Amino acid sequence: MLDTPTTQSQPMTATAVTAGTPVLEIRKLTKFFGGLRAVNDFNIAVHPGELAGLIGPNGAGKTTVFNMISGLYMPSGGEIVLQGQDIAGLEPFEVTRMGVGRTFQNIRLFSNLTVLDNVRIAYHMHAGYSMIDAIMRNRKFDAKERELTERAQDFLAIFKLERIQNELAKNLPYGEQRRVEIARALASNPRLLLLDEPAAGMNPGEIVTLMELIHFVKDRFGLTILLIEHQMRFVMGICQRITVMDFGEVIARGTPKEIQENPQVIEAYLGKGAAHA
Amino acid sequence: MQQANTSKPSSFLARGSGARLAWIGKGFLIILALLALYILVKSFFANPQLFAQIVISGLQLGFVYALIALGYTMVYGIVRLINFAHGDVFMVGAFISFYAVARFRLHLWPAAAFPGMSSSLVVLIGSITVILLSMLVCAIMAVTIERVAYKPLRNAPRIAALITAIGVSFFLEFFGALNFVFSPRFIPYERPFEVVTWYISSGIHQVQAGTAPPSGAITFSNIAIIIMVASILMQLALQFLVRRTRIGKAMRATAFDKQAAQLMGINVDRIISITFAIGAAFAGLGGVLYAIAYPSIHSQLGILPGLKAFVAAVLGGIGSIPGAFVGALIMGQAESLTAGYISTPMRDAIAFTILILVLLVRPTGIFGEPEKEKA
Amino acid sequence: MDINPVFLLVTLIKIVAVIAWIYGLLRVVGHASKWVKIGGIIVAFLIVQLAISVPIGSSPILSNFDSGLLFQACTMTMVALGLNLIYGFNGQFSLGQWGFYGIGAYAAADITYRWDNYDAAGLLVAGLGVVLVGLVILMLNRILSRMRGIPVLSAFTLYLIGVIVAGAVALFIGAAIGQALTPLFGTEEAPGFLASALMAQVVFFLAVLIAGVFAAEVSFLFGLPVLTLGSDYFGIATLGFSIVINTLMVNSDTILPFPEMKGGRGMVGIPKVTNWFWAFLFLLLVIIVMRNIVHSSTGRAVMSVREDETASKAMGINVANYKLLSFVVGSLFAGIGGGVYAHYIGFLSPGTFDFLVGFNPLIIIVFGGLGSMTGTIVASFGWIFFLEGLLRVILGQMGTEAPTWRFVLYPITLLLMMLLRPQGLLGTVEWGFLRQREVKPRSREESNTVPVSIGAAPAAK
Repeated sequence: MLDTPTTQSQPMTATAVTAGTPVLEIRKLTKFFGGLRAVNDFNIAVHPGELAGLIGPNGAGKTTVFNMISGLYMPSGGEIVLQGQDIAGLEPFEVTRMGVGRTFQNIRLFSNLTVLDNVRIAYHMHAGYSMIDAIMRNRKFDAKERELTERAQDFLAIFKLERIQNELAKNLPYGEQRRVEIARALASNPRLLLLDEPAAGMNPGEIVTLMELIHFVKDRFGLTILLIEHQMRFVMGICQRITVMDFGEVIARGTPKEIQENPQVIEAYLGKGAAHA
Repeated sequence: MQQANTSKPSSFLARGSGARLAWIGKGFLIILALLALYILVKSFFANPQLFAQIVISGLQLGFVYALIALGYTMVYGIVRLINFAHGDVFMVGAFISFYAVARFRLHLWPAAAFPGMSSSLVVLIGSITVILLSMLVCAIMAVTIERVAYKPLRNAPRIAALITAIGVSFFLEFFGALNFVFSPRFIPYERPFEVVTWYISSGIHQVQAGTAPPSGAITFSNIAIIIMVASILMQLALQFLVRRTRIGKAMRATAFDKQAAQLMGINVDRIISITFAIGAAFAGLGGVLYAIAYPSIHSQLGILPGLKAFVAAVLGGIGSIPGAFVGALIMGQAESLTAGYISTPMRDAIAFTILILVLLVRPTGIFGEPEKEKA
Repeated sequence: MDINPVFLLVTLIKIVAVIAWIYGLLRVVGHASKWVKIGGIIVAFLIVQLAISVPIGSSPILSNFDSGLLFQACTMTMVALGLNLIYGFNGQFSLGQWGFYGIGAYAAADITYRWDNYDAAGLLVAGLGVVLVGLVILMLNRILSRMRGIPVLSAFTLYLIGVIVAGAVALFIGAAIGQALTPLFGTEEAPGFLASALMAQVVFFLAVLIAGVFAAEVSFLFGLPVLTLGSDYFGIATLGFSIVINTLMVNSDTILPFPEMKGGRGMVGIPKVTNWFWAFLFLLLVIIVMRNIVHSSTGRAVMSVREDETASKAMGINVANYKLLSFVVGSLFAGIGGGVYAHYIGFLSPGTFDFLVGFNPLIIIVFGGLGSMTGTIVASFGWIFFLEGLLRVILGQMGTEAPTWRFVLYPITLLLMMLLRPQGLLGTVEWGFLRQREVKPRSREESNTVPVSIGAAPAAK
């Protein structure tokens, strides 16, 4: 819509940006907290197969946008169109069922459950048996439960987590928790994946692994990804197009290169005057 | 499990048909409110004197609840804990004053110390001494409870502290029921001063001892006046403390963000102790006044008033001091009117029904600030 | 009389034996072979049956007092398991469990009491009532779940209207048919078919189930609005519920139209139908249903709500539904437990269902470990046998203040428990049947060969 699709290719990106109907299109999204305008007139279009980035200083309203897309916050106004349907104001579980998976800034695993159970919970809506089946322990239950477990294990295998599948999530090191969270989000069968600061708290080595992983799952599952990140190196290295927010508004859009050279962005990050210094 | 209806895009404002059914819930509430109003209006016109009498007794009860509710709301505001033991501190306050008056005749000490003193001054100073003693003992007890039982669990899951609070409450109730403590019986309470009753019938007249007030006249006693005055004074004192003093500022800071307050050099442990002490002192005062008003005490005295005061605090918006006050007055009226016009046993039920209804309509209570969304 | 060391020893041995019996039972129920399973259950049943019925010397191994404790422990287990589902597994801090227990007890007692007095209307009205109300709730749920963003109060009002209508219909029809059935009871001299001993057992079974479903339906109506309140408020609202229910029990003869419940004086004359067979059957049923729910996708969804509501929503789980589900199922268990209890004790008084006593199940699940079914079962039996049995006898010999001392010791143990071992005695340990089947991790080679898809649209090439 408002942003012009760019065709500049990046060394790290495998797929070129596809034009056509966007997977996600947000128009005039606004959110007030009391009198505070957290997000104002936010617009973005994310196209199929794209890896889009959303950056901005702390408190710019990035996570608020994510929370509105995934239904945790009720927008004060605007539209969130997911594949032609307005999902603004839907319950979070309904949004998830329509194909939006997400991770959280501060990892939100089910910490007292095993890694396998964490992933299996994401399969709940596709479990295919009811509580009555579970109570009766009938054939349907056995078959579906086995199928579900196997699929969850498949995911763990992709993320090289199969050996720790019976560990409690809270006992895992940080990097593995991140991976479990991404695996869990993928298991909920999304078309659009929202990653909220996936690289937070990671060392450079881990970040490189994560970048490869994100590329891998994106290609493997034909996903469209929108991610929030603070680590510039990560964003610049992985995203095809970037939207920059400050004080709840979009201040710039473009390819990583354009963003790096945009004086407004530099000002937002470093303060006034820094751009001219 | 429902599957999201994905057939057609719906615009944001008319998102789904459910929101259009809001009138049903509102209608339900309005019908309930009309029913309550109908009962009240009908009762009022049937017998205005009786109605006024019931309202006065409701006020008396409400002001006592206000004193207890302050402690709940302060403690909850600062440590996010429903201090179940608060009601039992209230009970202890009543018992301390009972022992001070009935066993040790503490309320007569000015007469012993200054033989020439006028009797009304003796009663005044003596009664205040008894009340201060109760408040002090309660404050010390609450601080001890906080240090022993709650403080070690401050970083544990909140529910662990809640269960501990329930445990402390039980302990106080049943330890108090032992024979060598307060005994499990109902004990007639001896007031430190005489009850004086007035009636309103073309002017205010005192009811002479041995005579009954004219039928149909509205009566009220010095107890009701003392309770209201004491409660309002405490309310103002607390407002002053919280708004105008350093301690108050530190309390508000602690309530807002414990970690940040600590970093600002506030001794959070001390502030929490002070909060418990102040809340308990109010509960102690409330206990003495409650016992004076309803002079029969026992070791489980504190349970129901405690719960209702908590309900009042939630009703007014927990963490808000004026909220606790208003909530308590509503609770007192609701209880008194229910007992008067619906049925006496239902008065316990009505408190919780009101709580649930209010929370559904306004989850943060009447004066509560809307909670910030977190994700 | 001094405390007899032999008595002490024997009681301790009994407690250990009961716990060993539970362990054995859970092991055989969890056995892979069907025949071992069924045989084991029968053996477990017979062991206790023999211990309470065959006299050795002057009295059976488990005296009348002991078997009473056993029945109490069974009902307490059902109540506590229900609460553990609500609080331990779903994370909703409820103090209302005792209220649902009381509802179940009174409902079941009312049905059998009337039947005992040649009145079938109780069974018919209650039975028809819970079925109709259940159907109405399911139907409305179907309709309402299609609508988005319906305010909870509106939903509640609609359910309330539906339930009242269904209840009125059931009352009308049930009373009419009940009247018609009266001749089948016969007279005192010549009891008819319906007054036979067999029918009494059948009616008892139905009454307990109806009581459970009734409690569940009440919990649905109550939980629907109240579960939206959030943890602390929910706790206080459920406590209020217990108090309200108790108030209603005290006034069941004046406010409620149930004169046979006799209000605060207590309901007498309930047929004592509960025997070891029924107690064991219902206990086993509750344990099996509970375990099958917990170790399924539904159970995982329930637990995810406890762990992190926001993440749970983001995984496509309808959090409100799962809170309600566990609350309703937990209350169902409590109602069944109440029905079994009423027919063992034969006498119900509001004092039994006082909200102060209602903290017992909470203490039990905290002791046993939140989120551990084994812990709940062991703690229930241990609690009843140790505190109600042993301690009561010991303290009873110490003086008249004994009961009070018991209540002084409870909170102290609870406090020590919270300070020293907040995860409960057994933590999350599960025995035999209750343990989750562990899924073997795959080897690398195996996992490298699996084809993976998540059903998403294939990547655009």
